[in-house]
Amino acid sequence: MSSMFFQCLQAMLMLLMAPVLAGFLSTLKARLQNRHGAGILQPWRDIRKLFGKEVVLAEHASWIFRFTPYIVFTATAMAASVVPALLLDTPLSLTADVIALVALLGLARFFLALAGMDIGTAFGGMGASREMTFAALAEPAMLMSVFVLAIGAHSTNLTTMISHTLTTPLLIQPSIAFALVAMLMVAIAEAGRIPIDNPTTHLELTMIHEAMLLEYSGRHLALMEWASMVKLLLFSTLIIDLFIPWGISVESSFIGVLLAFVIWLLKLIVLLVALAVLETSLAKLRLFEVPQYLGTAFVLAFLGLILHYMLEVGA
Amino acid sequence: MKHLANTWFAEQLSNHNIYTEYLEDHHPARMPCLDIRHLDWANASKTAKLLGMRFVALWAAQAGQQDKKALYAYMAFVHPEHRYALLRTPINLENPEIASISQHYIAAYRMERNMQDMFGIKVNDIFDNRWWIKHEHWPEDAHPLLDSFDGNTPMASDPDRADIDYDYVPCDSECAYEIPVGPVHAGIIEPGHFRFLAVGEKILNMEERLGYVHKGIEKAMQGRNVEDALKLAGRVSGDSTVGHSWVFAQACEYAADMSISTRASYIRGVLCERERMANHIGDIGAVCNDAAFAFMHVQCSRLREDMARLHAEAFGHRLLMDCISIGGVSRDLSTDMCQKLIQQSRDIAAEVEHLRAIYADAPSIQQRVIGAGIVSIEDATDIGLLGFVGRASGHYPDARIEAVYAPYDELNVPIPKGKLGGVSTRVWVRFEEVANAARMIIQLLEHLPEGNIQTAWKAPQAGESGFAAIEGWRGEIAAWVRFAQDGSIDRYFVRDPSAINWLGLELAVRTVPVPDFPLVNKSFNCSYAGHDL
Repeated sequence: MSSMFFQCLQAMLMLLMAPVLAGFLSTLKARLQNRHGAGILQPWRDIRKLFGKEVVLAEHASWIFRFTPYIVFTATAMAASVVPALLLDTPLSLTADVIALVALLGLARFFLALAGMDIGTAFGGMGASREMTFAALAEPAMLMSVFVLAIGAHSTNLTTMISHTLTTPLLIQPSIAFALVAMLMVAIAEAGRIPIDNPTTHLELTMIHEAMLLEYSGRHLALMEWASMVKLLLFSTLIIDLFIPWGISVESSFIGVLLAFVIWLLKLIVLLVALAVLETSLAKLRLFEVPQYLGTAFVLAFLGLILHYMLEVGA
Repeated sequence: MKHLANTWFAEQLSNHNIYTEYLEDHHPARMPCLDIRHLDWANASKTAKLLGMRFVALWAAQAGQQDKKALYAYMAFVHPEHRYALLRTPINLENPEIASISQHYIAAYRMERNMQDMFGIKVNDIFDNRWWIKHEHWPEDAHPLLDSFDGNTPMASDPDRADIDYDYVPCDSECAYEIPVGPVHAGIIEPGHFRFLAVGEKILNMEERLGYVHKGIEKAMQGRNVEDALKLAGRVSGDSTVGHSWVFAQACEYAADMSISTRASYIRGVLCERERMANHIGDIGAVCNDAAFAFMHVQCSRLREDMARLHAEAFGHRLLMDCISIGGVSRDLSTDMCQKLIQQSRDIAAEVEHLRAIYADAPSIQQRVIGAGIVSIEDATDIGLLGFVGRASGHYPDARIEAVYAPYDELNVPIPKGKLGGVSTRVWVRFEEVANAARMIIQLLEHLPEGNIQTAWKAPQAGESGFAAIEGWRGEIAAWVRFAQDGSIDRYFVRDPSAINWLGLELAVRTVPVPDFPLVNKSFNCSYAGHDL
């Protein structure tokens, strides 16, 4: 079968699986708190419900506010569709560059922050200011963490990096451990999870990501919510790709891709279980401690980089 | 029920050249009401301050059927040893004005503004003259608690006033910005507006705007018979329905000079302590949930639900509404049910202790609550913060001790004494109170005496008034009631502890960044309904 077909399948899968996995995560959290939970399909039901509702627009909303949901969703969906989840070498893999990925997410964030400020409520502006402050710290940390791996592979292209990891013999590389911890910390912050942000809160004053969405309704809100679920899945897949890629299908055969899907799903479940346990056992950080948290992630990634040169280059 | 008249305050006032007259038609005699001259009003409050008395409440009432023309202002104080005393002064209805006491007792200023709104009494020298409960769109000459105001016809709305905004504390700095929050919130909570002045994430000032749940309870009380009035009193603030019905019933019983059976008073104590337990448990969970520590919230909700279910079984209402009647309680407890209540109180207290260990051992939640939202001991004493909020800030008023009412006059009421005044101290006080309440419930039920649960009600004569103070779960609830002819209610005034504790919140949030406000707010959990009436 053609790799183009698998490329499309993979992109669809990322979009369709994202709400299911978000539902799985919240069900898992509910179980850990001794609750029953709403079931893993609840996010899908919510999205369907929101698409059926009318859009209420603020009087002062400009075109930025109306266009942002589409831009955010498209940018996130594009980023998600180029990340190799099942098949290593797809037609779009040339564009699967980590820096381009960060830029796509940056574009989404830029418009999100603009939309937050556009309607002129205090909450939107507050959320935008917080989001941008933290993004300025999170993005360098993420790039630095990726660079640790990119140096070995001599590329920031995901496919090249994965092939490099797959083809080199399995060695204990301390630099990777540092990069992994940094990447996990950044992913939690970027996906807006506890201890940085609480996606389920209703307290306007404590919100970061949600504060910018407060004025959205109907299909706009559905797209925004969906995009943030895709973002969670995107970061999980990115972590899998960079650090534990074994199991990804190298050839575009049906059996190979099916096997890759099962392995990918298992890895995701492990990551989400870890996240659920973490979220249940932690309270949210004080806002002023978030920069320290992200600073720590950056320092860890940087240490990984130094370690790479000290211990691994030329060995 | 004969008590010696408490003459201490009258003697002290006469030492300061303030002439007082003891009012015979006010009860109980140990909480006397003294008539003073209009010109001594501010001076009397100054003397009370000098004597180290705590301010309880300030209100006004028209004299009703005896004397249609007369209007009186009242204020109540309490001294840790010499108990409660009320002062009353006549106000000229043609030219109603009175001196402000807010320079001596800061907590009085919102009650004075309320008096201005509701009676049109001009308060002289008050530093804040804005309307309070009356919102801007009300007609200027509407004073709902005056007899001349007809509560049954809708007010003519004044289109000129529709766009007037409340005059919030301004800030002309270009760096500061305003965050308006509420009265409609993203979650399901009571309506209230908070106006923040902030620089970045730092709060410079927070101003409360309340009154969105004003229901006209005081007006609706007028002319009701006691049974209906009791039902309404129990709904002043739904989460402390036991406290509010008890204080109303107690004030009526004092006015009628009757006493209730010991069994009934014990059951009232059980009801009140169960309400305290349930609310504290729910709030502890909610505080943790505001810091995204959902585990505690779920566990606490579960325990609270268990309590509510047993309440439905034992008393017929999950939140214990209408369990207290005038002259006793409406439901008796069988021996079996007593055992069940004892067992559950013990089990839940043990589970709460377990949760407390988990809460205390989780550094991430501790990091959030320690040092957040501090009210200093000086501020707490100055305002006279009540209940667990006061007890967390080194100010320990407790009506169970100060108002000496049954069944607490036979119990040892332990008071947790916090000093640091932050969120963590308030949570600590609540944990302690849960444990103490459980102990008191067990003690009361194990020694529950036999007897009637209902004493026959005999309406007092027209003009008789009563004052009572009950320690509800939020703190001291004070109420004053006066009867009309045929035993109906002439005037009712009630002061929920929130009316004073809201002031503490404004101070507490100045120490935290903007996103910590919900956490601090929840640790106070003041009632909007109880404040707005």
